[in-house]
Amino acid sequence: MSKNEQHWEKTRGLLFVTLAIWFVFSIGIFLFGAEMNEVGGPFGYPLTYWFTCQGSLGIFVILIFWFAGRQEKIDEEFGFSEREDS
Amino acid sequence: MIKGKFIDNLPKVYGIYTGGFIGFIILMAIGEQMGMTAKAIGIAFVAFTIFIYALIGYLSRTAQADAYYVAGRQVPTVFNGMATAADWMSGASFVAMAGGIYFKGYGYMALLVGWTGGYVLVATLLAPYLRKFGCYTVPDFIGTRYGGNLTRFLAVVVLTVASFTYVTAQINATGTIASVALDIPFQYAVYVGLISILLCSMLGGMRGVTWTQVAQYIVLIIAYLLPVFWISNEIGAGFFPHFMLADEVARIAELEQQYGFVKNSAGDLANVPKGLAGITKAHSAVNATPWAFISLALAMMMGTASLPHVMMRYFTTPSVKAARKSVGWSLFFIFLLYSSAPMLATLSKLSLIDPSLPTGIIGKSIAEVQAIDWYQNWNQANLMFVSDFNGNGTLELNEFFMGGKAVVLATPEIAGLPYVISGLVAAGGMAAAMSTADGLILAIANAISHDVYYKIIDPKAETQKRLTVARVLLVVIGFAGATIAAMEIQGILGSVIWAFDFAMSGLFFPLVLGVWWKRANRQGAIAGMALGLASGMGYLIWVRNGGSGFLGITQLTFGIFGSAVSLVAMVVVSLMTSAPDAATQKMVDNVRVPSGRSVI
Repeated sequence: MSKNEQHWEKTRGLLFVTLAIWFVFSIGIFLFGAEMNEVGGPFGYPLTYWFTCQGSLGIFVILIFWFAGRQEKIDEEFGFSEREDS
Repeated sequence: MIKGKFIDNLPKVYGIYTGGFIGFIILMAIGEQMGMTAKAIGIAFVAFTIFIYALIGYLSRTAQADAYYVAGRQVPTVFNGMATAADWMSGASFVAMAGGIYFKGYGYMALLVGWTGGYVLVATLLAPYLRKFGCYTVPDFIGTRYGGNLTRFLAVVVLTVASFTYVTAQINATGTIASVALDIPFQYAVYVGLISILLCSMLGGMRGVTWTQVAQYIVLIIAYLLPVFWISNEIGAGFFPHFMLADEVARIAELEQQYGFVKNSAGDLANVPKGLAGITKAHSAVNATPWAFISLALAMMMGTASLPHVMMRYFTTPSVKAARKSVGWSLFFIFLLYSSAPMLATLSKLSLIDPSLPTGIIGKSIAEVQAIDWYQNWNQANLMFVSDFNGNGTLELNEFFMGGKAVVLATPEIAGLPYVISGLVAAGGMAAAMSTADGLILAIANAISHDVYYKIIDPKAETQKRLTVARVLLVVIGFAGATIAAMEIQGILGSVIWAFDFAMSGLFFPLVLGVWWKRANRQGAIAGMALGLASGMGYLIWVRNGGSGFLGITQLTFGIFGSAVSLVAMVVVSLMTSAPDAATQKMVDNVRVPSGRSVI
């Protein structure tokens, strides 16, 4: 397998992991919205309510930064990273 | 004070700017104490901020295509994040979102999840690759990846349909705020708003819009957060509302139980002014089916990843790596406002319906409520209304009506905050609507000038001529939008949500598969865009004309149908026709590797 193909395989792997987490917090948990709302969540808010106000939103922010870091590591591993930027 | 290149001094420049703006707020507060009228403060806030944006727009003027179309590709990640957040958060996000949560609760909050979750798709599927591609516009990517003028043209059509739907609502919002703050008729205020918008973008294109959007983000976030924190402290709900409103949320649920949601008769409702609503849905309970929630969130997420005015912001970063990180910063800055909207809705609702608070009006006598100053003001502005339907002389939950905008606009006044805050909020709403309108108008004008004029009609045109065409188009599209906005057919065009559905119907899969599926070819892309947009639009027209719809897909989520058709059409047609040539395959390989020269 060429270097490019290996790089793309890893990139695709990271995509699937990222999208799986995204799916859970954007769609998965809301399948059980009514049941989850009976449970107390962080800061004492009902759990589903908390996810729609803060939880899912905050998780997306962290997820994107995490993804960006991991993807950069993959790029570096194959020497595909850009050098001179921030 | 400022030495060296502008880009290197950004933190300092915007630091001084923020300090100056806070100084201006304090100055206005002192002015209020010294007897400045509410109207004068409103005018000062709106006029001062517009003047600053116009100044930034003038200072960013340029005659270079690279600066005009992609701000020279040197916008640092954090600042591009702020600019994207301003680009993204429209007048509707600023003025109407808290109101939507206030009235509709959980079912509406799918939009919060959808309008943030979409950025995960942007970061993983598209932004870094389109940045590597090195295109000026979104249709530029489609046209080059798939080849052919028809693909490019179809992409421009989808972009225009989606963005134009959106922009009339934004110009309308600038007009509404300008007409209230400057006290001029709406028909003229729309054009005042338009001229302010064009001042930011005409001379500097994307460069001008970038630096004004950063300035607008700072104004809008201060204008949103300051009242939320202040009100929370004022009514003793907690000094950091986001972490401390659990008791208030529980108290609202308790009051809802106690009052009950009494349904008004149609005859009673006929007396309520148009556009006002009562509280009919539970605040924090789950009041929508899973599919209703998920389908709306999903449509907004896929729409986010297809809207060209957002995508093109990531063309301005210095590198692919910076584009990825910049998406994270964008969402962080959006998160600051979106996570505050439900808190504002909670504070607003509690201060109105809790009889144990001095501001609570439910349970008071109708005559007493009608005598309150702020009630009279907002009643006159057609945003509040009470009526004693059951004739018992006391205000019940189902006898109090409010416009969606009032949650953001009136709550500061209800909680007893000084008028300077209301002026600040007007400036914030103006900033939100202007920044989004600028991004949208620029996206349309750039696509037509770059993709239709330069790439299809006159490929030999010189830079100067191209930029002249781009600027003329900017003005023409702006005036077209303003003219439609002035006609006030808001019921038809006001739905910001439609823009997302149009964009996802026509563009989501052609964009994503262009990067992630090498086998996707020109014929497939043409089928995907044309059939996707046509079927989405067809479904919308069908449902609006009394069609029953299917699978629970409504006129707010028709993009799910459109994009499904688009996907199937694109895959089937691609597989039925020959694979793209070796040069195109190599181009896709090149896009997938961050390092090296850009593709175009």
